[in-house]
Amino acid sequence: MLKYLIPLALFLVLVVFLAIGLGRDPHEVPSPLINKAAPTFRLPQLKEPTKTFSADDMRGKVWILNVWASWCISCRDEHPLLVEYAKTRAVPIYGLNWKDKREDALQWLDELGDPYVLSVSDLDGRIAIDYGVYGAPETYVIDQSGTIRFKQIGAVTPDVWSNKILPLVQQLNRQGSSK
Amino acid sequence: MMRSLFVSLLLLCAIAPFAIAKEAEPTGDDPAVEQRLMNLSKELRCLVCQNETLADSQADLAADLRGEIREQIKAGKSDKEIIEFLTARYGQFILYRPRVTPTTYLLWFGPFVLLLGGLWVLFTYIRQRRDAVAENPLSDDERRRAEELLASASGKETM
Repeated sequence: MLKYLIPLALFLVLVVFLAIGLGRDPHEVPSPLINKAAPTFRLPQLKEPTKTFSADDMRGKVWILNVWASWCISCRDEHPLLVEYAKTRAVPIYGLNWKDKREDALQWLDELGDPYVLSVSDLDGRIAIDYGVYGAPETYVIDQSGTIRFKQIGAVTPDVWSNKILPLVQQLNRQGSSK
Repeated sequence: MMRSLFVSLLLLCAIAPFAIAKEAEPTGDDPAVEQRLMNLSKELRCLVCQNETLADSQADLAADLRGEIREQIKAGKSDKEIIEFLTARYGQFILYRPRVTPTTYLLWFGPFVLLLGGLWVLFTYIRQRRDAVAENPLSDDERRRAEELLASASGKETM
């Protein structure tokens, strides 16, 4: 009896491992930046390039940095959701316009709406490298102390927004006000 | 008519590769820098097309990362520092040869454990079989019958 049970057990273990492996998206690489300080930057603003914006300006606030580009196809899927979420004013969303042409980016915002408090232009993609960006859209939740608390690779979905991002933002805001 | 069409088609074929090819990347002028960049980027994974090295990949991000590495080499950073820079941002996934850490023990040593396990199963199986064969020698009676059968069989053959 045992003779048959051992191979069966081994087979089941293999099946479980394979099932877990198949269920994973190989494109989602866990970011080493979670719970690390968000890389700092000072970049020109998209709409007013003479002004700059820095991650340090957001100290003391919970905010979202969304990496987007007009050439990015999934960004187009994600965009209407961001516009909708921005209206709820749950959390300020800032955009990092990644390796985009300024005219294209401005036209995109004109056409599809602008969910961002402001966007900054990362023309040569250097800041994106600092943030470990490898496929737009990517979304970071950054807390009051400037620490990255969450990263979404690929488009934010309603599920991710209401089950992960919003609860996290609320929790961070509560912790921040109790201090 | 046909002929001119054929010629223009041929011409089109000749031009096509240039249309597809991307603009050449700016390459450094220092061959030593390029050599180091090449060696380093062979060890690194492109995160966009995950089964390609940074050296092979045509993805824009790979080109950006090669540019970043080139600049760091020129700035006098060591290979170790550059690898450190990249893993801090993209994680160990970017390394084609993951480091030996407790989380990668299974990856590094798992195959050897499996091999040892397989050898153990093989040897126990062989030993069991040898014991099983040795435990049942032929009795005298059986031996005589076997000899008789063999003798009659060879007798038939000669006929």
